[in-house]
Amino acid sequence: MSASGLAPPADGEALRFRDPVRARALLRVLERATRPREADPVCLMHVCGSHEQAIARFGLRAALPKGLRVIAGPGCPVCVTDAPEVDEAVTLAERGLRVLTYGDMLRVPGSARSLADARAEGARVEVVYSVAQAVDAARACDEELVFFATGFETTAVATAAVLLGDPPPNFSVLSAHKYIPPVMEIVAEMPGTRIEGFLAAGHAATITGSAVFEPFVARHGVPVVVAGFEPLDVLAGLARLVELVRRGEPRVENAFPRCVTREGNRRAQERLWSVFEPAGGCWRGITRVPNGNLRLRPAFVRFDARRRFEAWLRDPARPAPSPLAQQCVCGDVMAGLASPSDCALFGRSCTPATPVGACMVSSEGTCRIWHQYGGHPDLGVSA
Amino acid sequence: MSARPPGEARIGLRHGAGGPAMRGLVESLFAAGQREDAPDRIGLGALDDGALLRVGARWLVFTTDSHVVKPVFFPGGDIGRLAVSGTVNDLAMMGATEPLGLSCSVILEEGFEREALERIQASIDATCREAGTFVVTGDTKVMGRGELDGVVLNTAGIGFAERPVRDDGLRPGDRILVTGTLGDHGLAVMARRHDLGLGEELRSDVAPLNGLVRAALAAGGEAVVAMKDPTRGGVASALHEMAAKGGVGVLLQEAELPVRPAVRAAAELLGLDPLQVANEGKALLGVRPEAAKRVLEALQAHPLGRDARCIGVCTPERPGAVILDTGFGRRLVAEAEGELLPRIC
Repeated sequence: MSASGLAPPADGEALRFRDPVRARALLRVLERATRPREADPVCLMHVCGSHEQAIARFGLRAALPKGLRVIAGPGCPVCVTDAPEVDEAVTLAERGLRVLTYGDMLRVPGSARSLADARAEGARVEVVYSVAQAVDAARACDEELVFFATGFETTAVATAAVLLGDPPPNFSVLSAHKYIPPVMEIVAEMPGTRIEGFLAAGHAATITGSAVFEPFVARHGVPVVVAGFEPLDVLAGLARLVELVRRGEPRVENAFPRCVTREGNRRAQERLWSVFEPAGGCWRGITRVPNGNLRLRPAFVRFDARRRFEAWLRDPARPAPSPLAQQCVCGDVMAGLASPSDCALFGRSCTPATPVGACMVSSEGTCRIWHQYGGHPDLGVSA
Repeated sequence: MSARPPGEARIGLRHGAGGPAMRGLVESLFAAGQREDAPDRIGLGALDDGALLRVGARWLVFTTDSHVVKPVFFPGGDIGRLAVSGTVNDLAMMGATEPLGLSCSVILEEGFEREALERIQASIDATCREAGTFVVTGDTKVMGRGELDGVVLNTAGIGFAERPVRDDGLRPGDRILVTGTLGDHGLAVMARRHDLGLGEELRSDVAPLNGLVRAALAAGGEAVVAMKDPTRGGVASALHEMAAKGGVGVLLQEAELPVRPAVRAAAELLGLDPLQVANEGKALLGVRPEAAKRVLEALQAHPLGRDARCIGVCTPERPGAVILDTGFGRRLVAEAEGELLPRIC
């Protein structure tokens, strides 16, 4: 019935990494390798929302063998943006400034309200698809415009590039950028952690290089495999990781060599670190992460919204979190210690329409994804 | 006074997005005091594409739709074509494929360009000819600058249905047909609105479907048991509603979903699911299994139905759920909650 030229992608590239036949072969490999562990599943963690998205989007979780648990770690930049950081953006918007940000930040709850709530009450909050669009908007007007910058090293490089490109003086950045490698240390050191291996994000490693994980592996004796985002990339990465766990070989492997090198993108790294410096900061629901935040270096302080609007941000009102928020187990979910279904609020008081924790907000949040696609769905197998 | 949860005290964009928030608003507020359905009247409480009113021995379908779109002109169409198609299609989804007439109310912002208005009217005229109907009544208002964004059109329409088709008729075993490619309208408008520079291949599918639906009904007759047009909220929202009302599960085969390569690429880039993106020239049909092939062939023989496919089947398991078999595994298809927002990574 699929007669017209719609189904097959033009270049065959997508097919190559989305071939269900090869996927089933990889799933058999995973099944064989983890069969002895059915009573005590191999626990692997990915630290990237895009990996969770791929796993959910392609229905992989329903197809994974019993002896393998793949846990979504603190890999969703939107989720780990801390409530006080959202409060800062909300404060600036409520003061009448134009605040521009990425779409999935709108509904992220702050201590009391989200940017979407502020917008419904009249604040000027706008969605952009890239930081470059925000700069263009600033050039087109002469009023103050704040870009609420969130995301990991991947999006931070884009923010760095515009700041190096001489943006107009009415443009400033409220940085909530975060850096992934330090939070992996936190998870690996958590008491009771059951994580035996990490699947690292291919796009971030395109910039940092796979070598960035070598000191981590040396310190913690846990393997790291860098993987891409097509379903076969994810399955191949998991298969490598299971094999390293089985053989007890803690090392870094690159399962995404078509994009990632050991050294990474030097030019992007130079730009990133010439604009940002690591600083300790809180990740929502996790803890304080040493060197986990990226703040603007002194040379770029003139574009730092926290400095420019210091008087408004100095003493932010911090309403106590609601009783519901205190029951939220997002922190444990992101640390791999709990599943969304362990949370009393999940699917009841906490839904995508009325999120309590940040994991329910972003399309990359574990709770949102479980709510949307089912966690371990018993939906039958693919024909 | 009962405390509303934060964010429920005011209307948000999600209340107009075609998903659960909007249905909640209609059910709890707009339809709450209008529930007296009667043997000769199926009204707002049914939350169907339009109302059914018995006139003598026949059923009159009555529907209305307001249109705001930014930009007003977009690749593949404009607000005028959208306004006529939206109402003609809602009538067709209830089985009224020969609209008797439309109303069109125009609300304009002071300063709106006359030339743009003329282009919109030319498009309304052309689309009416395509659908074989006329605007027979209307209204004009102008509001002050800044009190409205450009132009709002409201259309309403009436037509007789020889055999009314509802959106609650699905039974286990029924096939789900879609009349063509998914996600074209939503992505074309989004790409133009935000100047994404994704090329000219993204074009809205906005079109009046009454001719196509007439052909399907002629081929399928009584075997066409449910219809819905997957506009806001996309196929995901439309199928959720059809599955819930029919008390069936729906199992979709991803390999059979017709999606243009340009739409697929743009959706992946923005982190959107084509199943959740709006269509303005497509219909979903629930068809008894023995007639599915016949109806599909009738659709494919029509110029607007060339890319029609059978995309899924209704199951007795998991009533109300929509499940996608990706070829790798299976997952639930969710409804979009609120406006579609692109992901950052």
